Amino acid sequence: MESRAARIALGGWTLLVVLFLWIPLALIIVYAFNKANVQSWPIPGFTTHWFGVAWHSQEVRQALWLSVRAALTTTAAALVLGSMAAFAIARFKFFGREAVSFLFVLPIALPGIVTGMSLNSFFVFNHINLSFWTIVIGHSTFCIVLVYNNVIARLRRSSPSLIEASQDLGADGWQTFRFVIWPVLSTALVAGGLLAFALSFDEVVVTYFTAGAQNTLPLLIFGYIRLGQQLPIVNAIAFAMIVLTVIPVVLAQRLMRDTGVLRRGGTAALTAK
Amino acid sequence: MLGPPLLAFAIVYLASLVALFISSFWAVDPFTTEIVRHWNLDNYRTIFQSSAYRTIALRTIGIAAAVTLTDAVLAFPFAYFMARIARPRSRAVLFVLVLLPLWSSYLVRVYIWRLILNENGVLNWTLRKLGLPAAHLAYSNWAVWLTFSYVWLPFMILPVYGALERIPESLVEASRDLGAKSFQTFRRVVLPLALPGVVAGSIFTFALTLGDYVTPMLAGGSSSQFIGNVVYGSVGIANNVPFAAAFAAIPLAVMAVYLLIARRMGAFEAM
Amino acid sequence: MTRITRAHVLVALVAAALCVPAAGISSGNGLPTTIGKGEGQLNLVAWEGYTQPQWVKPFQNATGCQVHAKYAGSSDEMVTLMRQGGGSQYDMVSASGDASLRLIYGKDVQPVNPALIPDFKNFIPALQSPPHNTIGGQHYGISLQWGPNTLIYNTTKVKPAPTSWSALYSAKYKGKVTVPDNPIQIADAALYLSKTNSSLAIKDPYELNQKQFDAAVSLLKGQKPLIKKYWALASDEIDLFKNGDAVIGASWPYQTNTLVAAKVPVKDLIPKEGATGWADTWMLSAHAKHPNCAYQWLKWVSTPKVQAQQAIYFGETPANTKACAVMDKLSKGSAAQYHCGASAAYFDSIKFWKTPVADCGNGQKNCMDYTKWQQAWTQLKG
Repeated sequence: MESRAARIALGGWTLLVVLFLWIPLALIIVYAFNKANVQSWPIPGFTTHWFGVAWHSQEVRQALWLSVRAALTTTAAALVLGSMAAFAIARFKFFGREAVSFLFVLPIALPGIVTGMSLNSFFVFNHINLSFWTIVIGHSTFCIVLVYNNVIARLRRSSPSLIEASQDLGADGWQTFRFVIWPVLSTALVAGGLLAFALSFDEVVVTYFTAGAQNTLPLLIFGYIRLGQQLPIVNAIAFAMIVLTVIPVVLAQRLMRDTGVLRRGGTAALTAK
Repeated sequence: MLGPPLLAFAIVYLASLVALFISSFWAVDPFTTEIVRHWNLDNYRTIFQSSAYRTIALRTIGIAAAVTLTDAVLAFPFAYFMARIARPRSRAVLFVLVLLPLWSSYLVRVYIWRLILNENGVLNWTLRKLGLPAAHLAYSNWAVWLTFSYVWLPFMILPVYGALERIPESLVEASRDLGAKSFQTFRRVVLPLALPGVVAGSIFTFALTLGDYVTPMLAGGSSSQFIGNVVYGSVGIANNVPFAAAFAAIPLAVMAVYLLIARRMGAFEAM
Repeated sequence: MTRITRAHVLVALVAAALCVPAAGISSGNGLPTTIGKGEGQLNLVAWEGYTQPQWVKPFQNATGCQVHAKYAGSSDEMVTLMRQGGGSQYDMVSASGDASLRLIYGKDVQPVNPALIPDFKNFIPALQSPPHNTIGGQHYGISLQWGPNTLIYNTTKVKPAPTSWSALYSAKYKGKVTVPDNPIQIADAALYLSKTNSSLAIKDPYELNQKQFDAAVSLLKGQKPLIKKYWALASDEIDLFKNGDAVIGASWPYQTNTLVAAKVPVKDLIPKEGATGWADTWMLSAHAKHPNCAYQWLKWVSTPKVQAQQAIYFGETPANTKACAVMDKLSKGSAAQYHCGASAAYFDSIKFWKTPVADCGNGQKNCMDYTKWQQAWTQLKG
């Protein structure tokens, strides 16, 4: 094992990185209570006024609802298409298999602006109106890969003989899925799905090019930032997001730990992004 | 088995990319900004002949590389501590601490750095309290570098952690049993096995920086244009899709080379 | 499948993707004579500060039209947004003079019937049928507000108070200057040169031949080392002044008003060389999906009260002369401050934004068109 000095040094470094990650988040929370609408430091006074404004704002509600719907739809599409692709690539050998797996990694490695611009040109050239569905298509390009990566990593490590054994023992397709495949895949799907949801929910660059007149929450936030008049609303929303997402993140982490993902041997699930 | 929806999807995506590339050989009418389908190489010529566009491309790639390096340096010891030293309970806490920032709005996290770094911001306020001279970091390429390093850090930590965590304890023990010192074990056993994780993380940090335009716009100064800003300006503002497409070919080419190298190093398995 | 057929499929798909049918143009003959029932929604492209809740909310309550606004930071962005997705995403745009003609000639907007806008007759004469929105007697939109781009400065840091645009080009405030990130900024440099360098003989800051253009660009190149940031969003400039990163710059009155409300010691002025400015028009998209709500909106924003509210909020001059009295009622002295009901002479002294074209207006065709302006600007920023 590492020497005592090395452990202390690593621990100290870890603490510094945690501070680097969290001091700005703490400041976001402080600014949500800013009495002034234009931001400076230190803030002149505390108020909870902006939470009320955000809560009652029709605009914020509409944007939030659109973002939730888009993220849920994208996640569903990513789960179905991503795991289908992973099964095909893992179980069957076919010509061009390597190229296809490369194709799936492409959207997340390509700069978002390229994806956004090319999809936008495609929609415009074909006179497809920008709508809810174009947002979902845009987000799906880079969300499929998250599920795909998780599932394929899990499939590579599980033995195909398990499925054969299940079939030999007389299980039907549904039983094999329910009792053999699902337990192996469930955490991979949950992890991939969570990441897909998070990425879609917070996406700006591709969304700018694929959303029409409707604002997703990040686009609305950008609108508020450029106005520079009601910035504490933005921070109040961000604060609410942090608080609300503690629950799914902790739950996901629990789930991983209980099923052994967080212990040795399978964290690929959450590292997909 | 791939299924028609998946196929349709891949085709829409590829067709869009190819169509974009083709349009880079066209031009736009200067007044109405309608696309004129007249084949030419003018867009590429403009890019290669202008020193300003070369500077922008080099700045983008340089800062993307610096951000990747910074995040790798920050992330590796952190991930090492998390995977191999921390107890299960603190590991779980660290995990949540890394994941939560990913869930809070990217725009807000970028914007907060502006408030930290500006002339009368949190940083200078703290420095003044400590009796130290003020830092003039706001609205500069330093601010852009710092902000990018901040927002993409979790994307580096997670794959590095995954790679480190998968190293079987038996390998480390074997190395020690064979008489290797702990640094030797680290260098000869742990590091090579963790490298695909670092490369996988670097794909994210590098690609995300290469294609961003929001951070340079919010955090940058008078010379902070990125490739993304020129592309965004050409398409989102000037409606000059052909020129934007030609300029977008640069990050496309850079990423293609990067991905090929990364695949050689086994990074795709570590993603 | 062989490689060749797959390639064929791809080529066919790409060809399909690129196939653009000729754009349909709605003819302007059938102007509506009444406003029908609202469609329940209205999508706007607007300048920051043009769709504030204080006049949008009552509009929504009165008409049932839910307003969705997208803010644009430049006229170019407005033009692009109005063309997005075949031009039917947005119903209306608050276009300035440098965008309105591009939209008209690009067939992105349609004529409107001013007879349906009761307050139209109260507009100052210069804005009833101005050349930037009325072509051949057809009104492509209804004028809204107008005003100058100003010089803003921090009164405690900048002494003596500046009187000339030269303050933005001198090294005295190096690293504390901010100007808009917008190619039309070249016109501001040209305006300054037209008053300070008579050998260039600049008549119109938007009609520049190569020599005049180069002089303006080189003035801006010299300015670049002085710049802290080229502001792209109104909030950029607000933050810069609020937090001490900039002490002087070119601005819209919107930022000044916001900063003054936040108790930042700033003032703005029109320097002695004069100023560029904007005259905005609400225009109706040629493919608008909610035309009735759009007409309701035109009616609403032309009323004296809304005109006055917006004028005070943004810091600009209303087109409706009846708004002046309301302005003074809302905020004493504001009508005079923002030149409400100003004389034609004052109106003419502002060089309103327009799109630079190759045609110099004097029979010559050697002026720099807008593409050149954009490229020069991108290269200047580097």
